[in-house]
Amino acid sequence: MPDTVKPILSVEGLQTVFNTRKGEIHAVNHVDFDLRAGELLGVVGESGSGKSVTMMSLLKLLPMPPAEVRNGRAMFDGRDLLQLSDDDLRTVRGGEIGFVFQDPMTSLNPVFTVGFQIMEPLRTHMGLSKRDAKKRAQELLELVGIPDAARRLDDYPHQFSGGMRQRVMIAIALACDPKVLIADEPTTALDVTIQAQILELMKDLRDRLGMAVIWITHDLGVIAGIADRVMVMYGGQIVEHAPVKELFRNPQHPYTKALLKTVPSLSGERAKRLTVIEGQPPILSSAPCACSFRDRCPQAMPRCGTENPARYGIGNGHDAACFLVEPEVAHV
Amino acid sequence: MFDAPTPLVRVRDLKMHFPIYSGLFRKRTGEVKAVDGVSFDVFEGETLGLVGESGCGKSTCGRAVLRLYDITEGEITIDGAEIGTKDQSDLRSMRPVMQMVFQDPQASLNPRMTVEAIIREPLDEHTTLSAAEKREKVLELMDAVGLNRAFAGRYPHAFSGGQRQRIGIARALALNPKFIVCDEPIAALDVSIQAQVVNLLEDLQEQFGLTYLFISHDLSMVRHIADRVAVMYLGKIVEIAPSDVLYTAPKHPYTQALLSAVPEPDPSADARGERIVLQGDVPSPSNPPKGCNFCTRCPKVMDICKEVEPASVELAPGHVTACHLYQN
Repeated sequence: MPDTVKPILSVEGLQTVFNTRKGEIHAVNHVDFDLRAGELLGVVGESGSGKSVTMMSLLKLLPMPPAEVRNGRAMFDGRDLLQLSDDDLRTVRGGEIGFVFQDPMTSLNPVFTVGFQIMEPLRTHMGLSKRDAKKRAQELLELVGIPDAARRLDDYPHQFSGGMRQRVMIAIALACDPKVLIADEPTTALDVTIQAQILELMKDLRDRLGMAVIWITHDLGVIAGIADRVMVMYGGQIVEHAPVKELFRNPQHPYTKALLKTVPSLSGERAKRLTVIEGQPPILSSAPCACSFRDRCPQAMPRCGTENPARYGIGNGHDAACFLVEPEVAHV
Repeated sequence: MFDAPTPLVRVRDLKMHFPIYSGLFRKRTGEVKAVDGVSFDVFEGETLGLVGESGCGKSTCGRAVLRLYDITEGEITIDGAEIGTKDQSDLRSMRPVMQMVFQDPQASLNPRMTVEAIIREPLDEHTTLSAAEKREKVLELMDAVGLNRAFAGRYPHAFSGGQRQRIGIARALALNPKFIVCDEPIAALDVSIQAQVVNLLEDLQEQFGLTYLFISHDLSMVRHIADRVAVMYLGKIVEIAPSDVLYTAPKHPYTQALLSAVPEPDPSADARGERIVLQGDVPSPSNPPKGCNFCTRCPKVMDICKEVEPASVELAPGHVTACHLYQN
């Protein structure tokens, strides 16, 4: 995809802090990224790397306090999401930007029927009449592949299996034809055979509806199969960003390299021992003034402990936040 | 890998049915057939992987093998002793031989006990060591699993997920067991920490000559750690084979679909075959379909599958599958 396409969502310098009794936790630190129409952007990282908090900050879905979006801009459709009033934001949430949450078991309200929950955004955001909303809800359930949709509208969430509940979540998120769909680990709680169904469904819907998708996951296999571009997050920062094939073929950041090696493969030679990333993920109690990966990095230099690397571009839409790819150093 | 002539663990036709009670008088109205006729052997020093989707009965199977449940039917022989029918009180003397590592290191450690007390508890129960000897043993175990001795007085909440799983492993090792059931030991951990724990399990196996039943839904990790793999679907083992054979030439349509559904960390789609996307969900184990359990989702279903339950057939030495495609 050429870089000239105007991004639909453009995030700059996003910084989110949690104020806790034990002090501040810097969960997201100066995150910049663009999302273009019709593309599928994958976000990978371990738990605590800030990938969910980044996306939830954009729509003020975090409890505030303790959370605080301290800095940044998120331009969507000519408006800065972070400056919108609560009322304006309500029209964006579930309307122009859909959100699919991680856990289908707890994200649906158990005391309302599935039909009611799909109709709710249709009635609120699009002002549909009850009858029209019901018709549209049925179409949506059919779209996400739930058999016998008309009858299932009157069922409650507990009557659905995990995979079907996740489909309902996707149907709700798609209800108002969003321009952007943010999916936060939508398949993590599901089995692989059901995950395969959801992945096929998402690719199909993206192609048919032409929306942009942000797909958050910790599973590199899922990313390889579905994403156009990938951002790797670590310690609340984007440490590497590249088109998907480029990232897997030519990883630059030591964290990405290590992450790709720790995952055993289903085919090819069986490794005698798994490669491990020694140590633990960082505790983000202060704003980064050094590389957050330095304690676990096999190639750490003295400089990594005193300066936080910027994201250096290396061509092909690929950049990495590591001094090893800094232009001056690379030429020496 | 040398197959010892007698297996350390021998399971035959194991059934674990949980009753369902309903109505005003709590009448018994049915049963969940969580494990429904499972047979396998685990040989000394090897790792048998047990894979399947959630709800297929793999955890129940692992727990039933250690007699954490009173089983419905079947024979279980561990280290020469038949334990399938023994009373729970008689089983106590067998417990040191067989241990378990649980899935959730958060829930399986008592938050009000120190690490030392947690690892010492099996020693208190089953040995007559003096306090000083126990303490020495606990510290040795902490060394073995890579925990800092200085942390012996801390409580579980002070540790990360990976470290907590190490505590659980140290506790399982305390009585020098021969056989350990690892029930999804890495499912709750981050990718980079999973590799650390798996390497630790492999090192310990070599060091202490352990035998593992490794239960997991992570097929690529099982390929790495297991010598042989059994695939479960809806309470039954549909295929069992040496690891290399199972992953390169799976025979049962369910194994084929399961393997093809695993997303490979390789974006060049040509590297892999066509993905088989199964339709629908796993049927309820309280009401399994007639005939083959997999007939409702099988892409190669035939008429006979809906009528007759397929028997297990040995296709090659050690490669057994239960599917009508391979009968005769």
